[in-house]
Amino acid sequence: MDQIHVSTKVNGDAVEYVCEAEETLLDVLRDRLGLTGSKEGCGSGDCGACSVMLDGRLVCSCLVLGAEAQGVDIQTIEGMAKGDQLHPLQRQFIEHAALQCGICTPGVLVAAKALLEKNKKPTEHEVRFWLAGNLCRCTGYDKIVRAVMAAAAEMRGS
Amino acid sequence: MRYEAPNSVEAAVKLLASEAGMARVLAGGTDLLVQLRSGRAEPDLVVDVKRIAAMKAISAEAGGFRIGAAVSGAEMGEHAALGKLWPGVVEAARLIGSTQVQGRATMVGNLCNASPAADSVPALVAASATARIVGPKGRRDIPVEDVAVSPGKTSLAKGELIESVFLPARPAHSGDAYLRFIPRSEMDIAVVGAGVNLTLDAGGVCRAARVSLGAVAAKVLLVEEAAQALIGTKIDEAALAKLAAAASAACRPIDDKRGTKEFRIQVAGVLARRAAEIALQRARGK
Repeated sequence: MDQIHVSTKVNGDAVEYVCEAEETLLDVLRDRLGLTGSKEGCGSGDCGACSVMLDGRLVCSCLVLGAEAQGVDIQTIEGMAKGDQLHPLQRQFIEHAALQCGICTPGVLVAAKALLEKNKKPTEHEVRFWLAGNLCRCTGYDKIVRAVMAAAAEMRGS
Repeated sequence: MRYEAPNSVEAAVKLLASEAGMARVLAGGTDLLVQLRSGRAEPDLVVDVKRIAAMKAISAEAGGFRIGAAVSGAEMGEHAALGKLWPGVVEAARLIGSTQVQGRATMVGNLCNASPAADSVPALVAASATARIVGPKGRRDIPVEDVAVSPGKTSLAKGELIESVFLPARPAHSGDAYLRFIPRSEMDIAVVGAGVNLTLDAGGVCRAARVSLGAVAAKVLLVEEAAQALIGTKIDEAALAKLAAAASAACRPIDDKRGTKEFRIQVAGVLARRAAEIALQRARGK
């Protein structure tokens, strides 16, 4: 099997890796780059636990081949906090107890950040629709939605 | 499996045509990756078309729009002029999957996956969209309804791929709409889908119509009788009732966990009617 050499950017850092043609970006992130924040829930694009940003677009990394990442810009959950400084979303998730087992949390945070970059003042309805591709079996979603709304308000400075 | 990401359509055709084993085209990957991972598809070659500039573009052409095969649903949704000209088609494409899936999934992928329940296909069929096919013998345009032949199978020959879909210009007083029934409010596969595209004259009489149904037969249907129920009328109650009856009559559905035959037949009429009402409002400029 030919190994594919890929040069890409992850959370602002230039990264190179080799991968197999079949290997997903999620497997590359977790197993080759040690970035285990992105989780595999379903492996079929239904649960959103593997959400990352690919050239500014929210995607499931389980539905992307590692080879496709050549020359693109990838943002993962690991790039969300700046050192010890948590992102407002991360703080509000803790504040609102918006997580229990935590498996879905990285994907929800990445997706919610993508929403707030597009829409600074989303309605609850918009938050729920945007996050419909992120499944959580613990919280019942209410706390997640409240945390996202609170983070949006905080980021607007209101 | 080999992975190739050519920079031109010609190079993609060459790769697909010269592969002795099984070759698959990768655009958004939201169907293909699932098939790869489940073992349902075991291609020897995957040709990623996202590095082909023409396939990533939405371009104005002859009063309509040409949409590249690798354009995602999210990109379609962000194109204001496209959404203004063909709101039903854009809505249909935007119904597919979650935000994450929208960031990758393409209309041409939806077409080539050849599912009878594909959401964007009835809207494209109703819109008289054509698919531009490129292959070893050059380019040809075919109506989108001729792409799928049966569930999971297309009419494309070895070495061929779809480069783009073309949505034509439309006369004044035109409107289109797509509706589907799913058991939940978001992210599911259509139990029935209905696309309607119509044009009125200055007096409000319907002069042209196309009605298409999804998930009620082995492939997406173009229902001529349903369109005829609208043409020549002001799309009044009688015409809508006739449309609904014709849509239901055209269904040849299966029973499955999503719905029974009887349910699909009933719902097809209801959705065709509701889609026609929305298309009518749009044609009237409301």
